[in-house]
Amino acid sequence: MAMIEVTHLTRIFDVSKPWLNRVLERLPKALLTAVSDVSFKVEERTVYALVGESGSGKSTIGKMAVGLLSPSEGSVTINGIDLTRETDAAKMDKARSDIQMIFQDPYASLNPRWKVRDIINEPVTARGGSGVGLAEKLLEQVGLSALDADKFPHEFSGGQRQRICIARALASEPKLIVCDEPTSALDVSVQAQVLNLMTNLQEDLGLTYLFISHDLTVVQHISDKIGVLYLGRLVEEGTPDQLFDDPKHPYTQMLLAAAPKMDGFGREIDPPQGEIPDPINPPTGCAFHPRCPLATRQCSAERPVMRELRGARVACHEAT
Amino acid sequence: MTDLPQIPPQVRAKAPSRFTRAWDSDFAYQFRRSPVAIISFTVVLVLVLAAIFAPLIAPYDPFDPASLNLMNGFSKPMEPNAFTGDVFWLGTDDQGRDVFSTILYGLRISLFVGAAAVAFAMVLGITLGLLAGYVGGWVETIIMRVADVQLTFPAILVAMLIFGIAKGITPVEYRDQMAIWVLIVAIGLSDWVQFARVVRGATLVEKNKEYVQAARLIGRGSGAIMLRHILPNVLSPVLVIATISLALAIIAEATLSFLGVGAPPTQPSLGTLIRIGQGFLFSGEWWILLFPAATLLALALAVNLLGDWLRDALNPKLR
Amino acid sequence: MSDPVLSIRDLTVEIPTRGGLLRPVDQVSYDIAKGEILGVVGESGAGKSMAGNAVIGLLNRPAKITGGEIWLNGTRIDKLQGENMRRLRGKDIGMVFQDPLTSLNPLLTIGDQLTETMLQHLSITQTEARKRAIAALEEVGIPAASERLDSYPHEFSGGMRQRVVIALALCAEPSLIIADEPTTALDVSVQAQIIALLKRLCRDRGTAVMLITHDMGVIAETADRVAVMYAGRLAELGPVREVITAPEHPYTDGLMGSTPLASKGLKRLRQIPGSMPRLTAMPTGCAFHPRCPKAQDICRHDPRPRRDGGRAACHFPITHSAEETA
Repeated sequence: MAMIEVTHLTRIFDVSKPWLNRVLERLPKALLTAVSDVSFKVEERTVYALVGESGSGKSTIGKMAVGLLSPSEGSVTINGIDLTRETDAAKMDKARSDIQMIFQDPYASLNPRWKVRDIINEPVTARGGSGVGLAEKLLEQVGLSALDADKFPHEFSGGQRQRICIARALASEPKLIVCDEPTSALDVSVQAQVLNLMTNLQEDLGLTYLFISHDLTVVQHISDKIGVLYLGRLVEEGTPDQLFDDPKHPYTQMLLAAAPKMDGFGREIDPPQGEIPDPINPPTGCAFHPRCPLATRQCSAERPVMRELRGARVACHEAT
Repeated sequence: MTDLPQIPPQVRAKAPSRFTRAWDSDFAYQFRRSPVAIISFTVVLVLVLAAIFAPLIAPYDPFDPASLNLMNGFSKPMEPNAFTGDVFWLGTDDQGRDVFSTILYGLRISLFVGAAAVAFAMVLGITLGLLAGYVGGWVETIIMRVADVQLTFPAILVAMLIFGIAKGITPVEYRDQMAIWVLIVAIGLSDWVQFARVVRGATLVEKNKEYVQAARLIGRGSGAIMLRHILPNVLSPVLVIATISLALAIIAEATLSFLGVGAPPTQPSLGTLIRIGQGFLFSGEWWILLFPAATLLALALAVNLLGDWLRDALNPKLR
Repeated sequence: MSDPVLSIRDLTVEIPTRGGLLRPVDQVSYDIAKGEILGVVGESGAGKSMAGNAVIGLLNRPAKITGGEIWLNGTRIDKLQGENMRRLRGKDIGMVFQDPLTSLNPLLTIGDQLTETMLQHLSITQTEARKRAIAALEEVGIPAASERLDSYPHEFSGGMRQRVVIALALCAEPSLIIADEPTTALDVSVQAQIIALLKRLCRDRGTAVMLITHDMGVIAETADRVAVMYAGRLAELGPVREVITAPEHPYTDGLMGSTPLASKGLKRLRQIPGSMPRLTAMPTGCAFHPRCPKAQDICRHDPRPRRDGGRAACHFPITHSAEETA
């Protein structure tokens, strides 16, 4: 059974102006489709990465996966329990305590007025448990000192704060951790430390990660399977080798070509054309067709469905 | 959990004491470097202590009819009375009450009413501001529209309105006893809006921070998130407003009392004393007005300067 | 090599604080030649932006230059004040910042901002300035430039806005561009467009570029030479290919190694233990010695190592065989 399964997930935000302005200025309701019909599953003890540029809906999917946002359509199933439809409160609570999240900004994700001990213990104490000694143990597990439990967040650097966030996420002994850009605010050398820590913990504790990032190199390093998002849609999915050695979707190909390379000295590339379209008025058919070199009439009329191609999955009419 | 790390006791003992930490903090450092802060803090401290220990300091009890001697009326400051030869530092009023003592007792009432009114406004404003900011929707709309409407009236007018209504519905025999409490509620109700606005704004910022999302994820309820996570992080602007509000509340109380709708003559505040004193200004007994007025001025100014300094000290952007 | 456009000699920036004197930039020296792109890399707090700000005289008080010299086209500029500094900033040095929205005035059309800058620094007429503004926008790849001239910054997308900023930085024909993390806020596909644009324009005009970034990939593809900064000091300076493929300073080596690309196929990334020292607690001797695998006694004591002729400021630089560097 998959650890987490997401089916036909869709999320629409109402970004209309206030009612009175709409009436006076005769504006229609503005709806932003942040996530549109996304389906994937993450096997237990694996790392699944969602990668995409801004506006691709990757963070929205992450929030729906942990239950911070509710889906407009579709469902999220954790260990066989459907978060959107389950009515049994006990089962629901169990499913929720199995999921934790690590956020992007290590400065905003720790309450500045709380001691580190209270921050780390909160997932346990909030459920009425006793956190005695827990924070100290977890701090050592993430490579900090047990003495740090009495300090406040402002006494730590960005990388150390992210370790504290990881310790908090581990406190309720979750099975799945959703990591929303956990290293994009960190420097390269600190990023390496945090990524290694996350890999160690995954192996030691048998964790499953849903890893959200815009950084292709990080994703290639850490994940077992990668889903590429464009404008709220999943366009391609495959293992790192399948994706990086044999990208099938024209968008994935464009993304890989555009990413800076460490050995690309003086590389002159033909930069990709255009920018990401406005998600309030997405293109018809395939969302990528206005920028796509392969686009045909079918692409502007009909949205491609996910299909198998050489072991990977791709949503493109033309990919071969 | 058997492998708990042991914390060696000697490491714990080495931690600096609470006092050294406070003394070394940036906040204390800023305070020590600002003459304005030191002076105004000293003035406030002296006045507050004088108010608290008024019964011990005051040479006379101005509310004990037995100690009053009408012959002592209109004594000039520092001069022996023409009839009794008693010397009063700041003179006496028409009934022979020692002005210094009445000021001390008046200060007590003024400070108490001011502080209690601000506390009341703070509790009300913080609660409503947190609710408006965190819950949003129609709760926010109702609270903030009420606040907007109230802001269109001058605060003193609102206070007078509430005072008037309260006076109308309390029985005559309780009126003087109730006056102080009515005053507190009236000033507090006229002052909650700015607390609510600031707290709502700060709450809107804080509630989108990731630590709040983390708390929601853990399964914390809205109440716990508001009280334990957001409240501690919105308090520093509240502290600044509270200080400046205190000065305003003391002046509002004085204004109301001056207009005759505040503290009754049996429990005179500084405002009441000024009202009484202004009747004698043109007949030459200037001290009855001047000394209470100067005390009020010193108090309001010192509290205000302290609030201004606090705002700068707590705002890292201004440094 | 002809005379450099920009020459920084032992530049030191200090911030007096209650806890003592902080030195966010400490005796940094580098040159940028005409048409050259110098990449300045380092992690946050390494002082790379502070050094750039010192060059354009945009240090926030109480930070100030306390030592060294800055020369631009043969003129010493670190002592310039007020009006002279302002003229220099727009005319001889162009700036591109990380966030294109805050570097444009939201209340003026981009046409107004371009013509205003040109009229201030070049002796041309209003109509001529407008013509040149359209040409500048076309050059940075903005479609229908003559119509977009009267648009406001918020009417452009992020990538287009950064193009406008570049047009603005180049319109007074400066000899040096300081680009501080110009693509950090942009998506990968847009970043590639902006980098390609910056490279093309500077090559065509012979403009010198100081490219400040933390992204090694961007540096590798864009820069000719690279300066690696650590804790306010210059750790290594050299041609980009050599510094990246055969780093001499142990810090550069660790930094390159900790990027996921360099550890391809490994289950663990190479990592540098510890973190950069805070400015308030700078180690004696070489600032990197507490984290350095090669540190010896001499590294722990003053005077600290200097770059004398070599690439790295290190007592024990890593040596590479000839084929590694090739």
